[in-house]
Amino acid sequence: MMSRLVILSANSLKGSGPFGAGLVHASRSLHTSSQSRAPVPPLPETGGKVRHGIFPEEIFQLLYPKTGVTGPYMLGTGLITYLLSKELYVINNETLSAICIFSVIIYGVKKFGPSVAAFADKLNEEKLAKAQEVKDLAMSGLTQAIENEKKEQWRVEGRAMLFDAKRNNVAMLLETNYRERLHMVTNEIKRRLDYQIALQHLNRRLEQEHMINWVEKSVIGSITPQQEKESIAKCIADLKMLAKNTQAKATV
Amino acid sequence: MADRPVPVVEKRLMDVKLGELGTWMGGRDFTPNGLLSSVRRGYERYYNKYINVKKGGIGGLAMLLAGYITLSYVWEYNHIKHDRWRKYH
Repeated sequence: MMSRLVILSANSLKGSGPFGAGLVHASRSLHTSSQSRAPVPPLPETGGKVRHGIFPEEIFQLLYPKTGVTGPYMLGTGLITYLLSKELYVINNETLSAICIFSVIIYGVKKFGPSVAAFADKLNEEKLAKAQEVKDLAMSGLTQAIENEKKEQWRVEGRAMLFDAKRNNVAMLLETNYRERLHMVTNEIKRRLDYQIALQHLNRRLEQEHMINWVEKSVIGSITPQQEKESIAKCIADLKMLAKNTQAKATV
Repeated sequence: MADRPVPVVEKRLMDVKLGELGTWMGGRDFTPNGLLSSVRRGYERYYNKYINVKKGGIGGLAMLLAGYITLSYVWEYNHIKHDRWRKYH
């Protein structure tokens, strides 16, 4: 019956209905309120309290100011007495089966309740731990990426120093080259100048020798045979005199 | 508790005073969609209070079962009343 109602309403009122209400809510609440949906608030630890498994605590709190602690229990007893005496609750075969079933259920819940609860909690813990692990891994990965990024930025700062060093290198190479060429130039020039000097010396010597030879030749040529005899006789006379002198000296 | 004045129709039933009950009943949404949305809201209230928690107890399920049992007993009463032990009470 409820499903037929749903289909009828969905067909006749397109855009409205539970989906419509939900849509309106969604479009109204998209980024308009200051509250944000993320992070989703965590689930409450424990739910509403119930006493004896089926009676919500609110009833006890409702009756406490007027009737104290035993109020709801008295109410319960009175109700049960009324139901039984007016036979609004009839005791028949179903009552017996209900008693058996409920006793078994209550015994099972009381005995295995805590262990089942612990098991379910453990499953939940495992799921949470896995999700937390994923989140932690992601966080550590991202912080690592941030570190790497910062390191790269630091390295970029160092690049300026690298370029300075390289520039210095290149400048030194240029300087060395320049000085080498300077030396080469001076050496070449010195060689050429030395050559010129040697050339001049050579010229001088040649001229001197040539002049001496010419002078000798002309002197020798100018010595006539007459002069030659005279000079030879004079030389012999000189030599004789010299011999006499030395002989005289030797005997003295 | 009285933070800002809320129109009567939007108050919850427990907060409505006896004199305002008529206005309240008149202003509620009794269209099928309204009924459905009220059912959905009630369901979500129960769900978020007793079942959608980290450490739920047996109460959430047991209250639903107890409600189902009593409701089915009430619907079957006309048939059960033939098993009564005494005719006059």
